[in-house]
Amino acid sequence: MIGMGILKGMAVTLRNFAGSYFEKDRLITVQYPEERSPLPENYRNFPFLIFDGNDPQAGLRCVACQICEKECPPQCIYITKSKDKKPDYIGKPQFYPAIFDIDISVCMSCQICVEVCPFEAIKMDKDFELSKRERFDNLLFRKEQLSKSNDYYHKIHPVEAAAVDKNLADAAAVAEAKKKAAAEAAAKAAAAKAAAAAAPTPVASPESTSS
Amino acid sequence: MSSRLDGELLEVSMGPQHPSTHGVFRMNVALEGEIVRKLKPVFGYLHRNHEQIGEHTSYLGSMPYTDRLDYFCSMTNNWAYALSVEKLAGIEVPERAEYLRVILAELTRLQNHASLLGFLLSDMGAWGTPLMYAFREREKILDLFESLSGSRMMCDYMRFGGCRVDVDEAWLGRAKEIVDRFPKFLDEFEELILQNEIVIARTQHVGKLSPELAITAGITGPMLRASGVNYDIRKVDGYGIYPRFKFRVPLGDHGDTYDRLMMRALEMRESIEILKQALPQIPAGPIVNPKVKLRAFRPPIGEAYGRIEAPKGELGFYLISDGGPNPYRYRVRPPSFINLTVLEDMCLGHVVADVMVILGSIDIVMGEVDR
Repeated sequence: MIGMGILKGMAVTLRNFAGSYFEKDRLITVQYPEERSPLPENYRNFPFLIFDGNDPQAGLRCVACQICEKECPPQCIYITKSKDKKPDYIGKPQFYPAIFDIDISVCMSCQICVEVCPFEAIKMDKDFELSKRERFDNLLFRKEQLSKSNDYYHKIHPVEAAAVDKNLADAAAVAEAKKKAAAEAAAKAAAAKAAAAAAPTPVASPESTSS
Repeated sequence: MSSRLDGELLEVSMGPQHPSTHGVFRMNVALEGEIVRKLKPVFGYLHRNHEQIGEHTSYLGSMPYTDRLDYFCSMTNNWAYALSVEKLAGIEVPERAEYLRVILAELTRLQNHASLLGFLLSDMGAWGTPLMYAFREREKILDLFESLSGSRMMCDYMRFGGCRVDVDEAWLGRAKEIVDRFPKFLDEFEELILQNEIVIARTQHVGKLSPELAITAGITGPMLRASGVNYDIRKVDGYGIYPRFKFRVPLGDHGDTYDRLMMRALEMRESIEILKQALPQIPAGPIVNPKVKLRAFRPPIGEAYGRIEAPKGELGFYLISDGGPNPYRYRVRPPSFINLTVLEDMCLGHVVADVMVILGSIDIVMGEVDR
């Protein structure tokens, strides 16, 4: 009978309409500004720079190696290397970015800068409410705006941040152990030398010749 | 023929801003009364120089740009590009990554076909309701993509020799749940539209595409299969690990708009079959080949063409490498652009209102047509 198909379709519409009051499966919208669905752990929006400690500029992990600048597909990162050096998290003197700008009106959130960064210095932010009154300067983020603390990173990506911290701690421990081993070796060598010098007769013992 | 204007044709420019032209696409239509006598597609409004950019950025740098080709199916675009680079450089992909790729590609197919059905009905005048039902289901799949890759549509998920992020058990559980519930939506959607007299009147015997013309014009994907040609790259090439899965290739009889509509509904059922096989089988292991360097990736000199069955048809990337950090030639074979070339042949002799329906059934995305 003609018209039955339409009526059947209408029944589906009715079922959906009534169901939207009872079934969670059929009503999936949230009233956005008041209600917010939680963002997933992996959500990414725009990059930011991580600093350790309390001083945003002194604690920046970025060493201005400019790898992200080179790898960025839309070329939205601009870095100028500093003239002087400052110690990083393992105490090694490193350069730091004198200028670090990201034009987020160009950035396409591809996360390649995060993947290529060897220093865990740049990560993806989750802040998406970024509307601005002016579209040129306000969307060009300077170093000061981009610097965010490690605690903030822990807040937005807890699992990932814990893994990163562990990696860095391991690297620092390895560096520390190396330093210690080097210091010990140096001390040992010095002691052996001193012992060799103090020995009255130049009869070569195997240890003193080897040192 | 009473409305003839002194024997002359009336030229109408449809688009590029008409809401149902699927983006910035223009058609110059010559009408005799209501009947289409000539149709000239005009594109290029969304041209972004994709291929030229691909020749100037590194191999890795092109990956996020491929998301923007067909922005409904970024996962399959990533896969096609990764596949051609892997062919070029001879990279092996770990088992787990292959499974992940199949799962994500089939989820992409589900959400693409679901939203296509919604758009097609919206083109026929069923504003809102079917489209919203389709988008509701699509949203669940996009949530999966978001929790995995960090972005709903611009996933940028695949890497050469694997994938970027690993999935956990919770994600697989959610995917299973969505796959299990999807047939319910399909049943409901089919009940909503397939027997609807208006849909039948608007689509049957409208926009017929003969198999001969479809083969000559290089049409691929569901549109070709709706004309009755058994050609599915998942079966023909067997790329990835598709030969391991059992699925059927649905074929149409008439090649009209109704067949193309049904083809999408049937393909979604087959995608669910593949997902049901792939999700429990996924093995443990690494997701990326550790030999592949992320930075300073330079494939050997040579050329490669990698193609996959994207939801819209054969998506291929042709790359020529001169040993440098960026490809010497980077060419995309976009399915929706080539499928669009037969638009005039399908529209001739139909009324102007059918043009929208026929265009909707081709399933184009302007990001891919114009590149």
